[in-house]
Amino acid sequence: MTGETRADAVYVPKDWWLRRRTWTYVGRYAAAIVITLLFLFPVYWIFIMAFKTPEEVFASPPIWYPAQIQFKTFAVLFRDGDVGTIGNSLITAGVSTVLAMFFGTIAAYSLARFRTGGENLAIWIISQRMIPPIVIIFPVFLVYVFFGWVDTFQGLILLYTAFNLPYVTWMMRGYIEDIPIELEQSALVDGWSRWQVLLRVVFPMARAGLFATAVFTFIFAWNDFIFALVLTRVEITTYPVQVTSFFGQQQTFWAKIGAMSILGTLPIFFAVALFQRYLVRGISLGAIKG
Amino acid sequence: MTVSTKIAAGLFGKRVDAFTDRNFKYLLIAPAIFILLLIGIFPLINLVVASFQDITILGEDKSFQGLLNYKRLFSDARMWESLLHTVLFMAVALPIELLLGTVMALLLLEKMWGRQIFIALLIIPTVIAPIVAGATWRLMFDNRFGPINQVLGWFKGEPVNIVWIVNSSYVWAAILATEVWQWTPFMFLILLAGFSNVDRTQVEAAQIDGASNLRIFFKIVIPAIRPVLAIALLIRALDLFRLFDIVWALTRGGPGTMTETISTFTYVKGFEQFDTSYTSAVAIVVVVLLSIAVIFALRRVEIAR
Repeated sequence: MTGETRADAVYVPKDWWLRRRTWTYVGRYAAAIVITLLFLFPVYWIFIMAFKTPEEVFASPPIWYPAQIQFKTFAVLFRDGDVGTIGNSLITAGVSTVLAMFFGTIAAYSLARFRTGGENLAIWIISQRMIPPIVIIFPVFLVYVFFGWVDTFQGLILLYTAFNLPYVTWMMRGYIEDIPIELEQSALVDGWSRWQVLLRVVFPMARAGLFATAVFTFIFAWNDFIFALVLTRVEITTYPVQVTSFFGQQQTFWAKIGAMSILGTLPIFFAVALFQRYLVRGISLGAIKG
Repeated sequence: MTVSTKIAAGLFGKRVDAFTDRNFKYLLIAPAIFILLLIGIFPLINLVVASFQDITILGEDKSFQGLLNYKRLFSDARMWESLLHTVLFMAVALPIELLLGTVMALLLLEKMWGRQIFIALLIIPTVIAPIVAGATWRLMFDNRFGPINQVLGWFKGEPVNIVWIVNSSYVWAAILATEVWQWTPFMFLILLAGFSNVDRTQVEAAQIDGASNLRIFFKIVIPAIRPVLAIALLIRALDLFRLFDIVWALTRGGPGTMTETISTFTYVKGFEQFDTSYTSAVAIVVVVLLSIAVIFALRRVEIAR
C-alpha cells in the first residue's frame, strides 16, 4: 500500500503532492467557472437586449450592458399583442401534454403489467419518435389541408399529442415497472376494479415520474418550431414562430426577440430546476435511472 | 365500482365486468395506438400514393406516374448535397460534443464547492428552444451588433468585419458553434451521470495496482459506461439528422443552398415550392434510409454489449 490516500493528506499537510492537489483543485475550479461563463454568456447577451434602448441595441461595436434597465420593450410586446402567442403556446403545449400523459400512461401500464404485444410493440412505439419531424409534418399537412385543420388548435394539439405519446409511453413504462406489483394485487383481492387500481394505486405511486415526464413532454411541445411553423398562420401562432417573425430583411428587432425569449424561456428554467433530479432520466429516454 | 359500470352491470349482468377485465390491457393501449396510426399510418399511405402521382404547384395530375419522382430524385444533386451536409455535419458535431462533454463531466465529477450550481447553470442551453438558440447565435455572429467580431477585434488589434452567416468560408463554423453550444451540455449531463455510476472500488483497486489514469479511463470507465454512451450517441445522432431550427434561424440554408440540410431542403420543396409529389418521394426515401441506418446502429449497439 502506498501512502497516497486522502486520509494521509490531512495528516501530512506539507507533503509535496498535497500542494499539487490544491493547485489541481484551484485549476479545476477556475476551468469550471470559465466554462460556465462561456456557456451562459450567449443567454445573457440575448436576454439583456430586452432591457436596452434602441440606440444601445444597434450600437456598433456593441455595448455589453445597458446604462439603465428599462421595460419599454415588454410594454410594446403587451400593447401589440405579441404576448398572446405565449398564451397560444400554453394552450397547445398544456392540452397536448395532458392528453399525451393520460393516453401514454394507460398504454404504459398495459405494456408494463400485461406485456401487451411483447417487447416488439414497445419498440415499435418508441421507434415512432425516431422519425424526423419534417417527414411527419409533410403528409400530416396534406391531410390537414383537406380537413381544414391548418391554423386550428385541435390540429396542432393532436399532432403534439401523437408526437409525444411514444415518449410518455416509454418513460412511464419504466416508472411503473419500478413500482412493486404487490399493492395492485392486494387491491384487486380486496375487490377493487381494474380502473380503481389504476387511478387510486398506480397513478399516486408513480406521481414523481408522472410530473417529471409531464414537464419534459410540455417542454418538447413548448419548444417545437417546425410543426408550428407549418401549421400556424395567424390564429394560433406559438411563441417560437413569433420569435422568427422579428427577423426582417432590413432590420431585425433584437430587443423584441430578447424580450420574447425571456418570457418563453424563464418558465422552462423554473420547471427544469424543480425537476432537476429527474432530468437525466428524462433526457436519456430512461437509460439512466440515477 | 363506478356509477357507469354499476348501471352497465345492472343492464347486462355480470358479463360487462368479465369483458372489461379480460380486455382491459387492450382497452388501455388502444387509444395510444389509434392516435399513432391516425398521425402515422394514414398520412403515410397518402404520402406513398402522392409520390406516384404528379402533383406540383402548376397542376394536379393524379394518374399513376410510375417512378417519375423517384427518377427525378436520384438525379437531383441539390437533394443529395443536402443529405451529405446533414451526414457530414453529424460526423463533425457528434465527436466534438462527445469530447467536450467528457472533459466537462470529468471536470465536475469530483466534489467541488458549488458543484450543483455549476451543473444547474451548464444545462441551461439544452432546455432553451432551439429556435431561440439559433436567434441568439445569429446575434452573437452579427457582423455589426455581435460581440464575436468585437472580441476577435480586441485580439487582432483592429476591427474585424466577418459576415459570418453569409460568407461561405465561415457559415458552417457558425452553425457548428451554435449546435455544439446547445447540445454539449446534454452530453455532459448524461456522461456525468454515467461516470458517477461507475463502480469506484474497481477504479481504486486499479489505482493501487499502479495503473495510470489514462489506462483506468479506457480499460475500466469507458467499458462500464458503454450502454449509456450508446444511448446518448443514438439520441444525438437522430437529433442531428433532423437538424432544422438552428439552420433556419441562422441561414435558412443559405448562402444559396450551401447550408441546406435534408430537413430544410424538404421544407423548401414541400412548403415553399409546393412540389407535393416530389417532396413525398423525398420523405419516403429519407424514412427508408434512416430506418436502415437505425437498424444497423441498434445491431451494433447490441453487439457492443
